[in-house]
Amino acid sequence: MSTFFNVTIEDTGEVYRCRSDETLLCGMERLCKRGIPVGCRGGGCGVCKIQILSGEYQKRVMSREYVSVEEEAASIVLACRVRPLSDISLSVIGKMKKNVCATTDKVREGAG
Amino acid sequence: MATTGVMRPGHIQLRVLDLDESVEFYKNVLGLVETGRDAAGRVYFKAWDERDHNSVVLRQADRAGMDLIGFKVKDKATLEKLDKDLQAYGVSTERIPAGELLETGERVRFTIPTGHVLELYADKTDVGNGQPYTNPDPWIPASEHGIGPHRFDHCLLYGPNLEDTLKLFTEVLGFHLVERVLMEDGKSLLAMFISCSHKAHDLAFVCHPEPGKLHHLSFLLGTWEQVLRAADIMSMNRVSIDIGPTRHGITRGTTIYAFDPSGNRFETFAGGYETYPDHAPITWTFDQVGPAIFYHDRKLNERFLSVVT
Repeated sequence: MSTFFNVTIEDTGEVYRCRSDETLLCGMERLCKRGIPVGCRGGGCGVCKIQILSGEYQKRVMSREYVSVEEEAASIVLACRVRPLSDISLSVIGKMKKNVCATTDKVREGAG
Repeated sequence: MATTGVMRPGHIQLRVLDLDESVEFYKNVLGLVETGRDAAGRVYFKAWDERDHNSVVLRQADRAGMDLIGFKVKDKATLEKLDKDLQAYGVSTERIPAGELLETGERVRFTIPTGHVLELYADKTDVGNGQPYTNPDPWIPASEHGIGPHRFDHCLLYGPNLEDTLKLFTEVLGFHLVERVLMEDGKSLLAMFISCSHKAHDLAFVCHPEPGKLHHLSFLLGTWEQVLRAADIMSMNRVSIDIGPTRHGITRGTTIYAFDPSGNRFETFAGGYETYPDHAPITWTFDQVGPAIFYHDRKLNERFLSVVT
């Protein structure tokens, strides 16, 4: 049985549930939320770059072109390569952040 | 058109983040045939219907993307001539000895203005497509394994200096411009699709500030039905799909964009038209870039211009 954790996107205040056996990006996509930008989903393009502000996680290899050793040490990772081991709080820092936050607002307005 | 100089894209060397995972994907999901491994740890593949030893070479690295793309030229004399022509044009070239890439002859390597590494070569061992050259059957069981494309067909590359790149390909390497997309100014190139053969594109470029980026490498399927089958196989295997199945306005190809396990975008496509060097290029204006790229959605998806490796 997989466990569910709450993931908070601090930039937008959105919270979504993510299973321990899926990536932070996959969990977000499964709920059709728009918060973290979705790119290749394979650790290669850097679009879903985030910083984990709190919480435990496990990660897989990701492109050094987009995440340096220093950044990785500072919990800057690609959401498509990270699975939660506890509740997570994160901040979006990928290169499509601007679009995404704007889109999120639009989606909210549309839904409101 | 007689294909007399540069004939076709022959090989691409890709960087992958996890070699074992990638080999499993290229062999059993995409359905390429593994043909060898070298001392450097690179793994070699070809599509079932290709005759030369390799077309896709995987190298484990700490970042995804493309190391180089190689074009096969007609013969050794053509290779020597093109090397001289490139140097006379002001492009510095380097010789890579035969055998550095398995079953591949000497290569002439150079960097194009978009920052990508290109190679020309004349020789690669003919290992056949699993059929004899006398009285063959039309297909073999390997052609039904995984998605099972016929061949590695072309690439779309992202980088700066499209005008200089077009000049190099048309004036030195014998390519012709098939289609282009113009920027808002109605003059500069946003994208170009060029051919060294009858194909609607052997190579394509989109203008992008970062040099040397890969947008996608593309594999040819026989029919629209096979494009749908490819989408089914991708979904069965939880492959990250970017868009499709849909159609491109440019080249008219039916297509799916998806990502390999390292995030390198690939395309499986069918169709398109045939081109000749006397055909006037087709032009798409900036306001019609949506249907030019994705004919049915009539707009770019958010990933088209920003997600590259």
